[in-house]
Amino acid sequence: MKVRGRNIFLIPYMLWIIIFVISPILLVVYYSFLDLDGNFTLSNYQTFFTPVYLKMTLNSFWYAFLITAFSLLIAYPTAYLLTKTKYKQLWLLLIILPSWINLLLKAYAFLGIFGTYGFANAMLEVFGIGKKQILFTDFSFIFVSVYIFIPFMILPIFNAIDKLNPSLIDASRDLGSSAWMTFRRVVFPLTIDGVKSGCQVVFIPALSLFMLTRLIAGNRVITLGTAVEQHFLVTQNWGMGATIAVFLIIIMVLIMFLTGNRKRGVL
Amino acid sequence: MSNQAIIRFEKVTKQYDEDPPVLNDVSFEMERGRFYTLLGPSGCGKTTILRLIAGLIEPTSGKIYIDGKLVNDVPANKRQVNTVFQDYALFPHLNVFENVAFGLRIKKLKKEEIKQKVREALRFVNLEGYENREIKEMSGGQRQRVAIARAIVNEPEVLLLDEPLSALDLKLRTEMQYELRELQQRLGITFVFVTHDQEEALAMSDEIFVLNNGVIQQRGTPTDIYDEPINRFVANFIGESNILKGRMIQDYLVEFAGKQFTCVDGGFNPNETVEIVIRPEDLEITPPEKGKIQVKVDSQLFRGVHYEICCYDQQGTEWIIHTTKKVNVGDDIGLYFEPEAIHVMRIGETEEEFDARLEAYHEQGVANEG
Repeated sequence: MKVRGRNIFLIPYMLWIIIFVISPILLVVYYSFLDLDGNFTLSNYQTFFTPVYLKMTLNSFWYAFLITAFSLLIAYPTAYLLTKTKYKQLWLLLIILPSWINLLLKAYAFLGIFGTYGFANAMLEVFGIGKKQILFTDFSFIFVSVYIFIPFMILPIFNAIDKLNPSLIDASRDLGSSAWMTFRRVVFPLTIDGVKSGCQVVFIPALSLFMLTRLIAGNRVITLGTAVEQHFLVTQNWGMGATIAVFLIIIMVLIMFLTGNRKRGVL
Repeated sequence: MSNQAIIRFEKVTKQYDEDPPVLNDVSFEMERGRFYTLLGPSGCGKTTILRLIAGLIEPTSGKIYIDGKLVNDVPANKRQVNTVFQDYALFPHLNVFENVAFGLRIKKLKKEEIKQKVREALRFVNLEGYENREIKEMSGGQRQRVAIARAIVNEPEVLLLDEPLSALDLKLRTEMQYELRELQQRLGITFVFVTHDQEEALAMSDEIFVLNNGVIQQRGTPTDIYDEPINRFVANFIGESNILKGRMIQDYLVEFAGKQFTCVDGGFNPNETVEIVIRPEDLEITPPEKGKIQVKVDSQLFRGVHYEICCYDQQGTEWIIHTTKKVNVGDDIGLYFEPEAIHVMRIGETEEEFDARLEAYHEQGVANEG
């Protein structure tokens, strides 16, 4: 009786999962087996393994990797310093704040800043370097992506460092380690879970970025995300778009699996 | 200033911002190979002293010497001192072996040497065969031993212990008290043990420093401190006591509870107002007419080893008695005590003044006899 009573509360959740998670995935898989005329085919999968798409996959990985790496490089020290400040929750809030602004708005703001007559070029002129092409380059694409993803990287790392028992650092110093040794042997290993979840929430969306590739990178960077968008909206080849989506899903699951958190007993 | 001193504090003060100092102008010496206990209520500065010795914090002013060398500017990782932390601070991402080997790996010892030393340290704390256990698989008492092994494997000259037994249950705590004492004697190094538990301090130490409000109130052997507390704070903090207002008529004669008694204390001004300490276990129950003081039993508590009896005398002063004899509530009884059981304290006396007075009237006593 009791168990059945409790199961009733699970129904909305189950419905949600079925309607918004499981059925879309099944639909995507279904479409990936259809050609342009709606007939069953495996050709989409064959096409995916041609150099064009493989290169695109590699490209996506490379950019996603760069974005994740730079985000991590900036986020870890920032998160570390944040935990040492007096009003850390306030500072954290200020850093998280930009992530509440719509992505599109931020992208357009950067169009203005990086444009030919934008703030960035104005500054370059002041310093006598002269105007440069900033928009539509790899640099601007990675810069803006990193800017957008950084809050998502900082948050889990901040939480991990904040949770760290400070007496472990005392113990490490007491046992003879220098500050660097303490970081390498104690702080970093104990916050690696935060780093992992940070990388997850950055790498996976970065893999399928499409709006920024158009707006900021001027379609010079073509990732799997761009390809999906083009197939669905421009070429109307839903089958091919769905196939790429299937591969994206597989890659995401693999990454989640590989960076999955092993739970450790934290004293 | 003996060459024996392994740790020396010279007028050390520690203050955070504008708050009152946590440690106020403290000076002391600790000798090699002895068991010291820093005892006091929370916030008295005992842990601060420990962290100053370890080098985890720096003094605001004053000098700290370890083994004769000024160490104010020596960071924690360069000091020949190791700490057993209150929460053990074992590294959760390393197993028992790696936890103990941590300090040795930092020193870049050879693999074989590390292996041998870790095994030896674990044998010392009776944890052979636990090398590959994860920390979370260990019980509280075992974690405690790992923490000790991790510290002693580095062969420190001083081992600092920050309330290491407070998280253990009573039985285990008593066992560990014996083990720690024995460990200290086997290693022959200096132990500095911090606790707020007076029984622990009395049972384990060669010497106790009683602290309150950032000042050392009294230092001495457990019996010194128990039998001759310097002031009300120490008397109250160490064991139970009856503290009464009194008047010193002359040397060896004191008045309290409306009567005069011979005692063994001296060196006071005539008719000086003093405080009297009589320990509850020094009071003996007699029939009313045979007692030095007559009281009425107000309540009685069974404490296991003894009864704790609360009585009031005619003046309304409360008397606590520890005895194995049972009495009835409402009974009139007499209390008997030896002159040695009376301990007289001068109000507001510092430790130096106390020592000086003790010396003076002892000398005088010897002179009188001669």
